Amino acid sequence: MPGLEDLYREIILDHYRSPRNRGELESPPAVKTEGFNPLCGDEIIVYIDVDDDGLITDIAIGGQGCSISQSSASMMSAAVKGQTVPYARRLIGAFKGLMSIHEGEIGGDGSEADMGIELSIDSGDTKLGDLEALKGVVKFPVRIKCATLGWNTLAQALDEASPIT
Amino acid sequence: MTDWAAIKADFPVLKQTANGAPLVYLDSGNTSQKPQRVIDAMSNYYETINANVHRGSYDIAVKATDAIEGARQKVAAFINAPSSIEVVFTKNATEALNLVARSWGGANLGEGDAVVISEMEHHANIVPWHMLASEKGFELRWISVKDDGHLDLSNLDELLDGAKLLSITAMSNVLGTLNPIHRLAEAAHAHGALIAVDGSQYVPHLATDVQAMGADFLIFTGHKMLGPMGIGVLWAREEILEAMPPFLGGGEMILNVTKEGFTTNEVPWKFEAGTPMVAEAVGLAAAIDYLNEIGMDEVRKHEVELTAYALRTLKERHGDKITIHGPSEPAERGGVLSFVYDQVHPHDVAQVLDQKGICVRAGHHCAKPLLRTLGVPATSRVSLYIYNDESDIDLLAETLTEASDIFSF
Repeated sequence: MPGLEDLYREIILDHYRSPRNRGELESPPAVKTEGFNPLCGDEIIVYIDVDDDGLITDIAIGGQGCSISQSSASMMSAAVKGQTVPYARRLIGAFKGLMSIHEGEIGGDGSEADMGIELSIDSGDTKLGDLEALKGVVKFPVRIKCATLGWNTLAQALDEASPIT
Repeated sequence: MTDWAAIKADFPVLKQTANGAPLVYLDSGNTSQKPQRVIDAMSNYYETINANVHRGSYDIAVKATDAIEGARQKVAAFINAPSSIEVVFTKNATEALNLVARSWGGANLGEGDAVVISEMEHHANIVPWHMLASEKGFELRWISVKDDGHLDLSNLDELLDGAKLLSITAMSNVLGTLNPIHRLAEAAHAHGALIAVDGSQYVPHLATDVQAMGADFLIFTGHKMLGPMGIGVLWAREEILEAMPPFLGGGEMILNVTKEGFTTNEVPWKFEAGTPMVAEAVGLAAAIDYLNEIGMDEVRKHEVELTAYALRTLKERHGDKITIHGPSEPAERGGVLSFVYDQVHPHDVAQVLDQKGICVRAGHHCAKPLLRTLGVPATSRVSLYIYNDESDIDLLAETLTEASDIFSF
C-alpha cells in the first residue's frame, strides 16, 4: 500500500496552499469553461485568453476542490501560460498519459506510446518538473479524476478558443 | 441487554484489515455490511431451492415462490403494512421512486399541478420529478432547510396549496435530520395531496409503522438494512396501487396477452415485470429477522448513544476546527454526521482516514441542492450502524489530527 507521502508531495501542497493564476478573466473576450467531478462535486473553471497567433496570453483558474484537483490545475496553469495552443494540447496528452501509465485497468493501456509521451515530458521544458510530482496520484486510482479535472476543462477551453480544423 | 460485541462479530467484512489496520466501517448510510446469516441465507437459496418463481409446478419452484412471497410478508410486517400485497419489490429505492413518478405521477400529474419536495432530498427524490415535470409541465416546489438542519415548515400550507403529492425523506442522508412525517402527512392530506416517504435512511434504523406515519407511499432499500444490493421496496396503500398503471412491461406482470393487447396481473405483481430477485428477497428476509431479534428500539437506542458520543468526542477533541452539520440534539437525528474539518477538503480527509482503515464518504452525498443551501461544496460523512462502537469514534477523532498535520496552512 502506497503511503500518503506518495500522494501529498510538498510541491503539491505548495500549489494547494498558494495556487497560481487563481481568479477570473473577463469573459468574453476570455474563453470560460467549467468542469465537474460528479463523484465528489469538485469544480474547476478555466479562463484563457488566446491571441491571434494562437498564444495563450493569460489563464485563470476558479472553482473549488480537493488538494489534488486544485494543485494540478495550478501547476497546469503555470505550465501553459505564455505557451502556444498546440503545445498546450501536447502537454494535456502527455499529462493524461502520465496519469494512466501505471494503471492499465483503469484507462491507460500501458503502451509504449504512453511511455514515449512521458519521456518527451522529461526531455522537454524544465517547468514540467513540478508536474512530475503528481505521478504518485496513479497509485491512488480514485484520485486520478481529481488530477485530470483541470486538464480536461482546459482541453474544452482550447477547443472553443481555437477549434481544430 | 444486547451484546454489541457479539453483533459486530457476526459481520465477516469487519474481521479483515484495510491498509494494515482493522477495518472501521463508518459508511453505512451509503451501504450497510451484511451479517453471516444473510450471506448464508442467500447461498442456501442457490444451493437448495433455486428455480424461477410463480411459474414452475415442481417442488423447488414452489419452494422458491414461497421464499419470495414469505419475504414479502416479512417486509410488510416490518413496516406494519396492512397487507403484503401492498409490498412491491424493485431493484432499489431509486427504482421505487421512479416507479411512483412514472406510474402514479404519469397518470395523475399535468399542467397546473404541483409536487412538493424538500431541499434535503437525495437526488433519487429530485431527478425523477425534474424528468417528469419537463414532460408533464407541473410545478416542482421546495421546502427549505433551516440553519439548524430542520425543515422550514413556516410556509407549508402555501406550498401544499394545489399540490397533488408531497414526496419527502423521513431522514436526511446528509444531516441525519428526522422529519416530522406524521405532521407532514396530515398537512398533505388536509390539502388533498398524497405523501410519499423516502425511508431509505430511516427504515434500517428506526421502528417503522406506515399506518402510524399516515404515509401513502414508503420507499426504502435492502442494502442499507443489512440485506443485499439489488432489492428495494415500494409500499403503497392498496387502492393507490390498484389505480396505478403498470410500470415496466413483460412477463409476470400480465394476466393475458393477445395480439391486440394485454391485461395486467394483480398487485403487487403488476409492478414486477420479469424474473424477480429471489435470492435478494431471501437475504432481505434474513436481514429483517436479524434486526427483529435485536429489536428496532434497541437499534435506535444504540445509535442515539453512539451519535451522542460521536458529537461529544469530536467537539471535545477538535473544538472549533470541526463543523458538524445537522441537528445538535441526538434524539432529533439519526447516526449520520456530516462535517467539515479544519478547512481540509473532505476528499483529502477521507484519504487520510483510509490509510488507517477508516471508511467514510466524502463529497456531495447525492444531495447537491442541500449542500448549496449549507454553503459547502462537499462534506465528509460518518454514518453509524449496529456494528459500530465507541472505539471506532475514538480512532476517527484521533486520525483526523493527521489530516490537520498534512494540510495546515
